[in-house]
Amino acid sequence: MTKELLKGNVAFAEAAVRNGLQAYFGYPITPQSEALEHFSGRMIELDRVFLQAESEVAAINMVYGAASSGVRVMTSTSGPGLALMAEGLSYIAGSEIPVVVVNMMRGGPGLGNIQPSQADYNFMTKSAGHGNFHPLVLAPANIQEIIDMVGLAFELAEKYRTLVMIAGDGSIGQMMEAAELPPMQEISTARPAWAVTGAVGRAPNLITSLYLGAEKLEKVNIRLQQKLATIEENEIRWQEYETEDAELLLVAYGTVGRICISVLRAARQQGLKVGLLRPQTLWPFPTARINELAAQMQGVLVAEMSAGQMLVDVEHAVAGKTPVRFYGRMGGVIPMSAEILEAVKQVQEEVS
Amino acid sequence: MKHEETIFSGFGGQGALFAGQLLAYTGMAENLYVTWIPSYGPEMRGGTAHCTVIVSAEEIGAPIVQRPSAAVVLNLPSMEKYEPLIKSGGYLVVNESLIDIKSEREDIHVLYLPASDIATELGNPKMANMVLLGAFVTATGLVSLETIAAQLTAHLSGRQQQWLEPNKQALQRGAELVSA
Repeated sequence: MTKELLKGNVAFAEAAVRNGLQAYFGYPITPQSEALEHFSGRMIELDRVFLQAESEVAAINMVYGAASSGVRVMTSTSGPGLALMAEGLSYIAGSEIPVVVVNMMRGGPGLGNIQPSQADYNFMTKSAGHGNFHPLVLAPANIQEIIDMVGLAFELAEKYRTLVMIAGDGSIGQMMEAAELPPMQEISTARPAWAVTGAVGRAPNLITSLYLGAEKLEKVNIRLQQKLATIEENEIRWQEYETEDAELLLVAYGTVGRICISVLRAARQQGLKVGLLRPQTLWPFPTARINELAAQMQGVLVAEMSAGQMLVDVEHAVAGKTPVRFYGRMGGVIPMSAEILEAVKQVQEEVS
Repeated sequence: MKHEETIFSGFGGQGALFAGQLLAYTGMAENLYVTWIPSYGPEMRGGTAHCTVIVSAEEIGAPIVQRPSAAVVLNLPSMEKYEPLIKSGGYLVVNESLIDIKSEREDIHVLYLPASDIATELGNPKMANMVLLGAFVTATGLVSLETIAAQLTAHLSGRQQQWLEPNKQALQRGAELVSA
C-alpha cells in the first residue's frame, strides 16, 4: 500500500468502509460533513446502508437498532449533534452493544462556531448520558492515527460490547496529511450470539436497558462497572516523547498534543528539559503513568483547547507530587506553539 | 534540513487552497512530510481563503504557525495580513497584477510577479496561482517543478483537464521569471 494525501473526515470514513462497516446513520454538521459526503457515495456504491436521518436523535436510534442486530455500525457528529444523541448513547451503554461514534469537536457552548475545540472532553469521558457508564474514548493527533483508531474502535467496541468514541476536533477533520488506508476487509456475515436476528430455532435474545426492580438493575450496574474496570486495566494508551530525562512534563492530546511536539522541540533547543505525554485514550486515562512520571518532574503543564477539562484528570493523577499548571484557548482558537512555549517558560521560572 | 511553512492566501476562487494542496501532493511525492490545513468557516464567494502548508524533512508537529516562513499572496488583503508575519529570511511571493503596494521589509526575499496578467495571456486568469507557485518553488528549491507538473496531471479534476497544459505553462513562466 502507498500513502495518500487525505483529509481527516474522508480518511476516517474510508477507514470505516474498509473495516467492514455495514451501516452508517448520521446527520451533517460542520466540521465533519465531508464524512457524510464520503459515506453517501461509498456505502451506496458497495450496496451497504447509508442513511441521512432527520436529526441526530433519529440517527443514534437507528444506530442502536442496527447494532442490536449485530452488524458493524457507526455515526459521526460534532458537539451540538452529540448533545442530541446523549439519550441514545446511554441506552446503547445500558444495552451493552458495540457502537462507534466519532465526534469532531467544535467551539461551544451552544451553537458556538465551527472552529476546532476540545471542550467536549468532560461530556465524552464523564457524562455522555445519564446513568453509570463511560464510553471508551480514543484521541487521534494525526490522520494516520485516526485511520488506525477506526479499526481499533470497532475491535474494542465488539470485544467489550461497549460504546467507543473517537474524539477528534475541527482541525483533525479538516487537515490533510499523507497516510495509509487499511486494505478492504470482507464484510462479516456472522452475527454474534447475543444479537437479535430473528429467533428461528433458538431461544429469543433480548437487547434492553430497562430493568424494573432496583436489585436487578443494581446487579446490571455492578456487571457494567466490572466490565469498565477490565477496560481500565487493559486499554489505557498513550505516547511519550523525551520523558526519560525530562524535568517538566507537558500533557496534551489530539491537535494540541501534536502542537506540543513542536513546543518540545523548541524548548529542547533552548536547553529546557521538557517531555510530553500524549494520552491516546481519554477514558481510560493514563493516570498511573502520569503519577509515576510526576515524581521526576519539577512541574506539569496541561495544554488544551478548553477551559481546563483534562486538567482535572491530570491533577488527580499527579496527586500533589508536583505543581500542575494550565494553558488553554477557547471558542475555536488553536493555541500556537510559541504561546505554549511561553507558558512552559513561566512554569519553569516559577518552579526553579 | 528542508522545512517550509507556507501560507497561500487570496480571494475565494483564486485557487489559493488548490495551489497549497498541489504543493502538499508534491512534497508527499518527494517523500517529505506534509500537512495542509485550510481556513474554514462560514465562507462566502469573494471572501478571503487561505491555507497553511508545511513541507518538512521531519515529522510535523503543529500544522499551523504564528509566523510562516513564506507567504504566497494573490490579493491585497492577503498581502497586508501576511507580509508583516513572515519570519526573517523568509519568502513573500506577490501577485503584482492585483497588488499595487510594495513590501518595505529588508529581511525577507520578496518576489513580484504579474501573475494574473500572465495567466490571462495564457487563457485564464485563474491560473495566477500556478505562476506564483512555479516562482515560489524555484526560488526556494523546496520541491522540483517536474514533480509539481506530474502531480498537477494526477490531481486536476476531470472537467479541468483541458487546462492542464496552460497550467503547466503558467508554472513554467513563474519559474522562468525568478531564475532569469
